[in-house]
Amino acid sequence: MAPRVGVVRFPGTNCEFDTVEAIDALGGQGEILWHGDSSIGNNDAVVIAGGFAHGDYLRPGAIARFSPIMDAVIAAANDGMPVIGICNGFQVLTEAGLLPGALQKNAGLKFINDWQMLRVETTNSALTSAAQVGQELNIPINHFEGNYTCSSETLAELQANDQIVLSYVGNPNGSVADIAGVCNLGRNVVGLMPHPERASHKLLGSTDGNVLLQSVLAAVGVNA
Amino acid sequence: MKFHAVLDIQLHAGIADPQGSTIERALPTLGFDGMSNVRAGKSIHLDIEAADAAAAEAQLTEVCEKFLTNPVIEGASISVVEAATAGVN
Repeated sequence: MAPRVGVVRFPGTNCEFDTVEAIDALGGQGEILWHGDSSIGNNDAVVIAGGFAHGDYLRPGAIARFSPIMDAVIAAANDGMPVIGICNGFQVLTEAGLLPGALQKNAGLKFINDWQMLRVETTNSALTSAAQVGQELNIPINHFEGNYTCSSETLAELQANDQIVLSYVGNPNGSVADIAGVCNLGRNVVGLMPHPERASHKLLGSTDGNVLLQSVLAAVGVNA
Repeated sequence: MKFHAVLDIQLHAGIADPQGSTIERALPTLGFDGMSNVRAGKSIHLDIEAADAAAAEAQLTEVCEKFLTNPVIEGASISVVEAATAGVN
């Protein structure tokens, strides 16, 4: 049976259909989850897709984290289910306290929409188990607030616990320690600013995102 | 009683502020010299019903911690005045 992945849609989310498409193409079964529902259904994993939930008002993710579905997402995350936040989803997960740190305005105060080389820093996470340490991936970024920020104590913990999952090759936005993605201590919750679903077919210019999405499918116990 | 509150939200000291830095770099190019340590935050104004000013401040502290600020990077200073004093109905 195909691994079922719920993809959360808030008002203002705009990457949910691309994400479902990419998951389906890899043998998974994607399903859009409405933010106003209080259940994630019978899904095996959750992706919080990119976009501008609630218009990014107050702070990106600040209002989305109080949507009814987030209680179910947080409970699932605490039970060990793979929960992946892409771009705006990463911001939601930090606001919800599922991931450490915060995402600030890019250092150059510019919205960046470009291809970006990434480096896999650990394969011990729900997002990178099928990749290799040191592997370089060409995956687009598309954000204004992707500048990962945390205290020096948190950074030391992230490094000591191998929680930095992906880093930028050439820092585009000022992120502390070139961080592009981090995971929680349980390694099942992962957030990243780049968009793997936009690098999931050769017609898009890269298929490097597939190894990440395949890792998510593999993490629910069925190889894609 | 009704109170008027102003919440001044600023990044913690030591947290890089790209917006403030950009403003600071722009100032001398516009001929404004001698200005430094620019920090750009946000302010939220609201009215609140509470038994007294202390109760209002306690509620506002809680809403700042849970929602209006991200305590990882920001803090808020809260000022509360009686709505009548502020000329706000």
